[in-house]
Amino acid sequence: MKKNLLLAGKNLIRMLLLLIAVSIVTFALVSASPIDPLQANVGQAALGSMSEAQKEKLRSYWGVDTPPVERYLNWAKDMLRGDMGTSLLYRQPVTTVISVKLANSLFLMVLAWIISGIFGFFLGVLAGVYRGRLPDKIIRGYSLVMASTPAFWLALLLLIIFSVWLKILPIGLSVPIGVEASGVTFLDRVRHAILPALTLSITGVSNIALHTREKMIDILESDYVLFARARGESVRGIVLRHGLRNVLLPAMTLQFASISEIIGGSVVVEQVFSYPGLGQAAVAAGTGSDVPLLMGITLITAAIVFFGNFLANTLYGVIDPRIRKGGQRE
Amino acid sequence: MSCTGKHHILEIDELSVSFLQYENNRSSRQILLPVISKLSVSVHEGEIVAVVGSSGSGKSLLAHAILGLLPYNAQVSGDMYFEGELLTETRIKELRGNQIAFVPQSTTYLDPLMTVGEQVRGKRRDAGRQKKQRELFARYGLGTEVDKKYPFECSGGMTRRVLLSTALMGNPRLIIADEPTPGMDLALAKKSMEDFRAFADEGNGVLLITHDIELALEVADRIGVFYAGMTVEETPVADFASEETLRHPYTKVLWRALPQNGFTPLPGVQPYVKDMPKGCPFGPRCEFYTEKCQGEIPMQRVGCGTVRCVRYKGEPLAVTGGRA
Repeated sequence: MKKNLLLAGKNLIRMLLLLIAVSIVTFALVSASPIDPLQANVGQAALGSMSEAQKEKLRSYWGVDTPPVERYLNWAKDMLRGDMGTSLLYRQPVTTVISVKLANSLFLMVLAWIISGIFGFFLGVLAGVYRGRLPDKIIRGYSLVMASTPAFWLALLLLIIFSVWLKILPIGLSVPIGVEASGVTFLDRVRHAILPALTLSITGVSNIALHTREKMIDILESDYVLFARARGESVRGIVLRHGLRNVLLPAMTLQFASISEIIGGSVVVEQVFSYPGLGQAAVAAGTGSDVPLLMGITLITAAIVFFGNFLANTLYGVIDPRIRKGGQRE
Repeated sequence: MSCTGKHHILEIDELSVSFLQYENNRSSRQILLPVISKLSVSVHEGEIVAVVGSSGSGKSLLAHAILGLLPYNAQVSGDMYFEGELLTETRIKELRGNQIAFVPQSTTYLDPLMTVGEQVRGKRRDAGRQKKQRELFARYGLGTEVDKKYPFECSGGMTRRVLLSTALMGNPRLIIADEPTPGMDLALAKKSMEDFRAFADEGNGVLLITHDIELALEVADRIGVFYAGMTVEETPVADFASEETLRHPYTKVLWRALPQNGFTPLPGVQPYVKDMPKGCPFGPRCEFYTEKCQGEIPMQRVGCGTVRCVRYKGEPLAVTGGRA
């Protein structure tokens, strides 16, 4: 128990350090960005017709007149008090913006995460077992093609097929157009999430399948599988008794590590489908110099990825007897 | 017929194993690398036969070849017979784990994520197997707590005893043991050898693959001497009593290298498979090397053993095969 608390404490400190580092890097990158917030958000023409006093007001609104270090420290001070600031673009508290967008995105990402995890795992195991034969060739071929396909291109392709030609799925957004918020059903949300989630899953599967295949091949070439064969176990029996057991641990690591890829992919995919999620908000915040929002999104996603990896580590300790029992003895 | 006139359990006739490999890392040309070139050995009822050879002579591959567990790029030629029946791929699959048991050499042969008790019991779960596993463990001094241990928690000696138990779980006719004793203390090694002895005395056979010639001399009935992937001599243990009763020059060299016989080493090393000399692989190191040694040399019967050397004019070896 004491050991677990210590571990949790250690990880908490690690996460804090990570978040601090991420915030500094993000802030430094935004400050170095050549985008002029005034021109980007107000427009060159409108800016030209404004008086100097008006421009001055805008400059202080976008924080252009304050030195970056001072701005960062101001932001950090508020952050420590739990105030993430107000989004300059949405004119709402950053926490509100993020919670709305995150709810939209989570739906999408969790769906894609589960689909790509399950399919990737089974395709990988199948390919590993049938190494060099037809099922392996098909799965490997698919994975390699998909791994080298840009997500946005695939998203456009799906959009053309399902929304333009077949007209069976909506072309974008997360809810139907022209319907009151109260009139939106759960089914509507699912229908709108299908294509983006599908895009994320299709590209996500290949990575997990290829890695799982590699692990499965290693296991099937191991001495203990050789010995199991020597003891008369069938291929099927070996895969079920030894293969799955041993491939599950690396697959779990992969699955949790893929969270970061899903988040990265969602930025692109949400943009294509105009899906109002976290990814789209991140793009908007970045190109519009909405520093508080961008910082907030970056920190939240970094925390999610960190938490995913932390969870994988913890689960390892629970599942792997070498860590579970080995740790107890010390 | 062998000298003892006993029933053959396993007979291996001129087994060869080669691996198809890329010539080197720049070339796309594949070459056949012969690792076992001519291996003949037989195990009779009630016998422990030790195959001795130094590291890299292809000993472990022999076990894998008999069990049909060679990797996909291996090519095998020569015949193997089990109980007088030709060992085909399908026949091996029926026999292994059943009539032929294998004792592998290291802890990596156990699934790291499964308790050793469960592994020894195998995939079938019934009270009988549970009981037998417990009995075997108790016999080797493995307490009940060991059943639930994972391989990483077992010492080297414990692992060997676990591996040994797996072989005795079934009712095999033949046990193939690949270096079963290193890591065990003397008492335990003796005990496991006694078990092999008792197993053989019941009319079964043991093929002991080892580099430990002293162990082989102590427990085995017959010894097959292996040099660079080739059996050069197969002899009853009794013939190791003196240098004169042994046949092949390499066996004589081995004999002279034993501590009690002068501890005399022979300079030079066993040739690597890629630059194997023609004919007898021992030729270049042999004091009786002649031009004749470069030809094909058949295995021939001399007394109660067999030898592959041009200096002997014995009867050609008759393979009993299906007629045994």
